[in-house]
Amino acid sequence: MLSFFSAHSPLLAIVIPLLAAPLCMVFGNKSVAFVISFLAAAASFALSVFMLLWVKDGTVLSYHIGGWAPPLGIEYRVDTANAFVLSIVSAIGMLALSYARTSITTEINEKHHTLFYACFIMCFTGLMGVTITGDAFNIFVFLEISSLSTYTLVALGAEKDKRALSAAYDYLILGTIGATFFVIGLGFIYMATGTLNLHDLSQRLPEISDSRTVRAGFALIVIGMGLKVAIYPLHRWLPGAYTYSPSAVSVFLAATATKVALYVIIRFMFSVYSKDFAFEAITFQYVILPLALIAMFAAAFVAAYQINIKRMLAYSSVSQIGYMLLGLSILNVEGVSGAFVHMFNHAITKGALFMAIGAIVFRTGSALLPNMAGLGKQMPWTSAAIVVGGLSLIGIPGTAGFVSKWVLMSAAFEREWWPIALLIVASSLIAVVYIWRVVEVLYLQAPAKESVVQEAPLSLLVPTWILIIATIVFGLYADFAISISTTAAEYIMQGGFGGKEVIILGVEGR
Amino acid sequence: MERIFDAEFALGHMNYWLFVILMMTGLYIVVARGNLLKKIVGLNLFQVAVFMLYISMGKIAGGTAPILIDNPDQLYSNPLPHVLILTAIVVGVATTSLGLALIVRINETYGTIEEDEVLEIDHQMYAAEVAEMNKNKPVKTDAA
Amino acid sequence: MEPITALLATMVLPLLAFVLCLLTPNRHNIRDGGTFIIAVLLFGCVLNVLYHFNNETPVAYEAVTFQAGLSIAFSVEPLGMVFALVASSLWIATHVYGIGYMRGNKEQKHARFFACFAFAIFATMGIAFSANLLTLFLFYELLTISTYPLVAHKENDAAKKGARTYLGILMGTSIAFLLTAVVWTYAIAGNLDFKLGGLFEPTLSPMFTAVLLAFFAFGIGKAALMPFHRWLPAAMVAPTPVSALLHAVAVVKAGVFSMLKVGVYVFGIDNLSSTGASDWLMWLAAFSILAASFVAMAQDNLKRRLAYSTVGQLSYITLGVALATSMGVIGGGLHIVTHAFGKITLFMCAGAIYVATHKTNISEMRGLGRAMPFTFIAFGIGSLSIIGLPPFAGSWSKWMLLVAAADTQQIIIIGVLLLSSILNVAYLVPIFARGFFSPASGTGSKALNANVPWREKIAEAPLLVVVPPCITALGCIVLFFYADVIVEFIAPIATVPSVETTNG
Repeated sequence: MLSFFSAHSPLLAIVIPLLAAPLCMVFGNKSVAFVISFLAAAASFALSVFMLLWVKDGTVLSYHIGGWAPPLGIEYRVDTANAFVLSIVSAIGMLALSYARTSITTEINEKHHTLFYACFIMCFTGLMGVTITGDAFNIFVFLEISSLSTYTLVALGAEKDKRALSAAYDYLILGTIGATFFVIGLGFIYMATGTLNLHDLSQRLPEISDSRTVRAGFALIVIGMGLKVAIYPLHRWLPGAYTYSPSAVSVFLAATATKVALYVIIRFMFSVYSKDFAFEAITFQYVILPLALIAMFAAAFVAAYQINIKRMLAYSSVSQIGYMLLGLSILNVEGVSGAFVHMFNHAITKGALFMAIGAIVFRTGSALLPNMAGLGKQMPWTSAAIVVGGLSLIGIPGTAGFVSKWVLMSAAFEREWWPIALLIVASSLIAVVYIWRVVEVLYLQAPAKESVVQEAPLSLLVPTWILIIATIVFGLYADFAISISTTAAEYIMQGGFGGKEVIILGVEGR
Repeated sequence: MERIFDAEFALGHMNYWLFVILMMTGLYIVVARGNLLKKIVGLNLFQVAVFMLYISMGKIAGGTAPILIDNPDQLYSNPLPHVLILTAIVVGVATTSLGLALIVRINETYGTIEEDEVLEIDHQMYAAEVAEMNKNKPVKTDAA
Repeated sequence: MEPITALLATMVLPLLAFVLCLLTPNRHNIRDGGTFIIAVLLFGCVLNVLYHFNNETPVAYEAVTFQAGLSIAFSVEPLGMVFALVASSLWIATHVYGIGYMRGNKEQKHARFFACFAFAIFATMGIAFSANLLTLFLFYELLTISTYPLVAHKENDAAKKGARTYLGILMGTSIAFLLTAVVWTYAIAGNLDFKLGGLFEPTLSPMFTAVLLAFFAFGIGKAALMPFHRWLPAAMVAPTPVSALLHAVAVVKAGVFSMLKVGVYVFGIDNLSSTGASDWLMWLAAFSILAASFVAMAQDNLKRRLAYSTVGQLSYITLGVALATSMGVIGGGLHIVTHAFGKITLFMCAGAIYVATHKTNISEMRGLGRAMPFTFIAFGIGSLSIIGLPPFAGSWSKWMLLVAAADTQQIIIIGVLLLSSILNVAYLVPIFARGFFSPASGTGSKALNANVPWREKIAEAPLLVVVPPCITALGCIVLFFYADVIVEFIAPIATVPSVETTNG
């Protein structure tokens, strides 16, 4: 007999943070709000890891909400792929929250702190929900929950830089268009199949894969989610949102938001639709692959010219998303597992980098490159974190970034696409340029004479270094991420939700 | 072989054509209008078109509201799309209100709600940052 | 001590030194003394590993599983053993020299300097004892990163520019080519463990082998094969102890050592010679040797001249691999040792001259030998060893490479080697010859005044700066007599595969 917690773990992982948001508002005190939201995130993280350990061999958990069996009822379906993403999101969310407590003191007016925590944990809930749910419309709802709270969070940066408002507005317009496209796509496939359960859809779609409705639905879903993923030409909202939002929000968004959207795309492309559909293979070959390559180079080049480091990292994110899409375009298990590995590695690397930059912003008040001159001496730990994180972004062995590159290149060689492998390394060379610009300023430029900058407080350094150490540890013990990703990719590539064993949860409660 | 134009198909999907026109009108307003407020209006049109698409999808000619009555043969419309759209409408209202709130804030800080002018101010701020960076350069070489 | 413990200690000790240096930024004596003790201990540990070494039961240690079937692992084999011995012994000399140089020259940021130095040695030990290509690549990159702050040490614009070139070329080539080569190898061979006779099936097409070899040869930018040699002269902006480390001990030797390892353990010299895949590399190496020598002759800056000389000498080792005979490989391995001792002597002398007189150009060094006799004698010994004259160590390795070239009937290569030796004479001998025999360039020099007693004529650099080059110069002579020990030691790497093939 399963205990209450394990039997309801999929639901609890969502409901706990969901309830935490109104609780924060009810108490209305920022310290209490912090404790509540942090505990909720931590509980969610514990449950995610628990589920990940449960399903990492390929088991599938199917949780029937309210005891209603799918496809009528809503189902939460946890397999290796989304348990992995859940763990990433909740881990980063927890760390970002602990980081936020100090970082927002200089960025957000104190009376808004409670609101901030409520929005943050709401956004967290949304992202977790998108990942865990097995119902297509549920994805939309959770997506909007996370998006709406994200717009608010981004706009909270306005007290420091008013451009946060226009960035949030841009994001709102584009995000809503994206989500609406996604809904239209869902409408199309609902029209064609009469179901919205992902598992059910995957059973019914192959028969009617030639239908124009199904194809149009695919296009709309990919474009709609592509906006959220920031696939290359749809990335316009991303730099502004990452640059002007409060540091803790940048950390959380950069590390998780695009990853979750990408997970949804992967889910739709490989599980709901199948890579065996002719139009999908063509889409990958002629649309996704070229766009991924353009992103890898164009965005990296743009990054190399930024003077605002947060903006530079944002463009670097666009380029890194290119890697993940490239992995998908390779269309084999190695490639998809490369995308998952990179999702994970990029989350911890970018999270760490944004945290380190946030610590600099906390002390100096600005993320502009010239303000960082000589900080290598004044903020040694923060600067060291930037160097290690940067090396991981480049893909130096011993860091997480290398593992991604390793898996992606192996996948390319597996398909004998060696020009692609060469392009992957060529794009890392641009990363050397933009990272080293920062390193040179940090260490080799004399600080402005009057400046006295202290090392960041421990409350910022500790979360940063937890992620930095994770970067190194998972760069060496790559087996963890690789094996989980491979299992995830294998099950997702089997054109459906076929797991080793499906455990049905949530029915006894009825 | 799919025919290029099929009159029966086109007329039979009249409702969809209307939604498509409405949807594109909305999208066009979002893209083409410079006034932030009008963009929100466009966005609403766009979303409403999608809602109507869903609603008409569930409608069955001659069907009543899906209420459980004694007659099992009673024809009724599919309730699920309607329910879904109820959720989507709530989301849409939330989005609109958030967008309007943002516009208020933008008007407070920028003093305008015209996109061009907001962008112009953003660019000026960026130019100031670049200028500051270039100003710092000689200082840097002095120190080196 | 257990052999495994000793093996791990060779990597832990430099890390300890790294931490020690970071912890004691202002206590110079504790830091420098502690690091010296660690350097000596490290040498002891390497000797301990050597003591336990035998070819039948190699010591191996698997540190971290990277992926199923692939791990960060270490093992001891003859080439690595020799490299580790060279690096650890020369670290002691360089460290002592570095203390003298940094203090004598009043350089800044000692702690960072010695910390990075120790970390570079850590990376070098990792390279020496790496058991597979992945481990090699990991430490190869760590070495690049840890030496970057050393090159940029002066933090002025010239140093920044040099360091940028240094990092750009080394990291660029390693990511663009070496990483590709490693992943490609893994995709084909299915594992990356170094194995005598090579990883690949002998059926691999010659064309493909040549292409893959090109990725390796250019990817190992530290071997300074033309056209990727520019980082070496660029790195000359670094303080001289760094140049000594870079150009004699750690970095360039890590490059050619990796080249040897790839040739012997990844491709297998039999495969290379039977497919002829390395022919192009041989010609490129020959070109590098000659071109670098000519460029060296045109340099007036002493360190730049030595740098180009290094480019040429490194290509000797690459040539040894490319000849793909056992004699070539052994000659290459031996040349790592002999060139290390020769070139570190030359660099230390260049640094000693700089500390004592602040002169960097050769044209200004006329007559300096009379003021700095020890330095210049050491320089002479180092030069002659590099040139390859008996009774100095360098003669053996060059001789073996000549024999290897003769074995493979490469008349032109023999010609290249001979011509190169003449060029070596032309650019190295004048430096110390003028130092002793030319009149001094400066006026009022004490050295020329016959009335001054000889003791006062001497204006050597501080003791800590002069003694290390003298010791390494002595090493050049001693190695001449013990070269056969090294040859016998590394011989198995070149002979075992041929035994295997006759058996099979």
